[in-house]
Amino acid sequence: MAKGVWIVAEQRDGALRKVSFELASTARKLADQLGEEVGAVLCGAGIEALAAELGKYGVDKVFVADSPALEPYTTDAHATAVAKAVKENDPSILLVGASAQGKDLSAALVGKLATGMATDCTDVKIADGKLLAVRPMYAGKCFGEVVVTGTPQMASLRPNVFTIVESAKAAAIVKFDAGLGEPKTKVLEVQKEAAGKIDVAEANVIVSGGRGVKGPEGFGILEELAAVLGAAVGASRAAVDAGWRAQIDQVGQTGKVVSPNLYIACGISGAIQHLAGMSSSKYIVAVNKDAEAPIFARADYGVVDDLFKVVPAFTGEVKKLLA
Amino acid sequence: MNIVVCVKQVPDTEAQIKVKGDGSGIEEGGIKWVMNPYDEYGVEEALRLKEKFGGEVTVVCVGPARTMETIRTALAMGADKGIQIDDPALYNADAYATATALAAAVKSAPYDIIFCGQRAIDDDSGQVGSILAELLGIPSVTFATKLEIDGQKVKAVRPIEGAQLVIETSLPCVITATKGLNEPRYASLPGIMKAKKKPVDMKTAAALGVAAESKSKVAKFTPPPARPPGKIICADDTPEGKAAELAKLLREEAKVI
Repeated sequence: MAKGVWIVAEQRDGALRKVSFELASTARKLADQLGEEVGAVLCGAGIEALAAELGKYGVDKVFVADSPALEPYTTDAHATAVAKAVKENDPSILLVGASAQGKDLSAALVGKLATGMATDCTDVKIADGKLLAVRPMYAGKCFGEVVVTGTPQMASLRPNVFTIVESAKAAAIVKFDAGLGEPKTKVLEVQKEAAGKIDVAEANVIVSGGRGVKGPEGFGILEELAAVLGAAVGASRAAVDAGWRAQIDQVGQTGKVVSPNLYIACGISGAIQHLAGMSSSKYIVAVNKDAEAPIFARADYGVVDDLFKVVPAFTGEVKKLLA
Repeated sequence: MNIVVCVKQVPDTEAQIKVKGDGSGIEEGGIKWVMNPYDEYGVEEALRLKEKFGGEVTVVCVGPARTMETIRTALAMGADKGIQIDDPALYNADAYATATALAAAVKSAPYDIIFCGQRAIDDDSGQVGSILAELLGIPSVTFATKLEIDGQKVKAVRPIEGAQLVIETSLPCVITATKGLNEPRYASLPGIMKAKKKPVDMKTAAALGVAAESKSKVAKFTPPPARPPGKIICADDTPEGKAAELAKLLREEAKVI
């Protein structure tokens, strides 16, 4: 019978990504309830040293596939490697990060393993010995409690939502041969964004702008606030469709669905498709001139005023607080 | 070039979603159904490839009778024919079962490239394109924002956190489309007239020889957790006063800065 709670550890450029620790901590919690072990699959080139780091967050065993063919990430190489380890060891649960890479990998794994998956979960628990995954659907307009009848029971976890807990384990290393054939895809080029840019999907704090920002140059004051807060700058569909901001920054049902600690909506009226994408943020601040804007119904703190006056003043106040 | 586009019919983004009293699903009354926005990018890209290389565009859709409207929309945009897989056994199918049905439908005709949306905006599962590729044994590139095809070679751009990847693969393959890939066209009036006469093949799971076996299910739907009512910050009536009060509340009450 399938046994063990597994994660796919995500690394980039030889460093584990934060979501890996979120996955490990969550897997530890589930495994303790089941009385089972936590396994992690780690793929890449020259990455064996990262295994010990996973032990710090409760991983008992790290299955390492170390090969130049696994760096950089490609769907077919990584999915082949992970699927092989899973088939050989038969875990009952497999957790993957719902990051850009994890979304791609996990969906391919569902195909390779002929199982089911709950995508982008915000909570996972054990009920009657089985995984019960809670996830937003319709971009958060409703939630679903998902059970997976296939094996392993797969879930991808939304980054930044699950708590990281340290619980030191020795993390035994098991090397395995990924069994890779001729690669079907390769990465020709990695075009990096400006250093320091934080992706909205991974940000703890998001400063977001909409139609009320009035144009690309209006985002300047949002950028300044974001720099002070260490935040990402997001945008509503209106701002993206107007060409003021890049598509990758769009928050909403047709953009990214986000759950930061703090979401500051500036000049966003709160179309339902935008609200859906950010309602699971822990705290929501709305700055808007229009007191009737629907965004205020979702906001923890609302400021009815001109954002061009409030935002720079607020940036100044935050600077003082953080000084 | 034989191009397949998988499309799904979903509630419009402006739709309010109400969960049924018994948590078994959502209330469908009053919903305006549209083509999944990400699938529109797939249809558009397919039409552009057809315009460039010639060939035929087939749209495939899994869903009940109402999805014919979505198939006709794609045909009106310029696709050549449709396949509707309408089977009650598939109405609540998960990604795996849906992909299995699509794979069976696609296999019956030659294909060079298959487009899907990167996710459907109803269940937000984002799996079907990748599973389909695995079932067909062909490569996939997900979240494509740019696509170039040269002979058998495929070059696609895919954004990840903090970078854009330029990925190379070869035909046949599955591409999942996301915003940025193109600007989908509107159906023209002559297009809409012509669409009515284009052939749409009707299939069931049994006719395709698939078991329609889901590997996961939504055991219960719930409304989103209610948010406590918020505060409107008045402090004094100046923007500066409000900004100071907001900073104080976020620091001392919410403890988020």
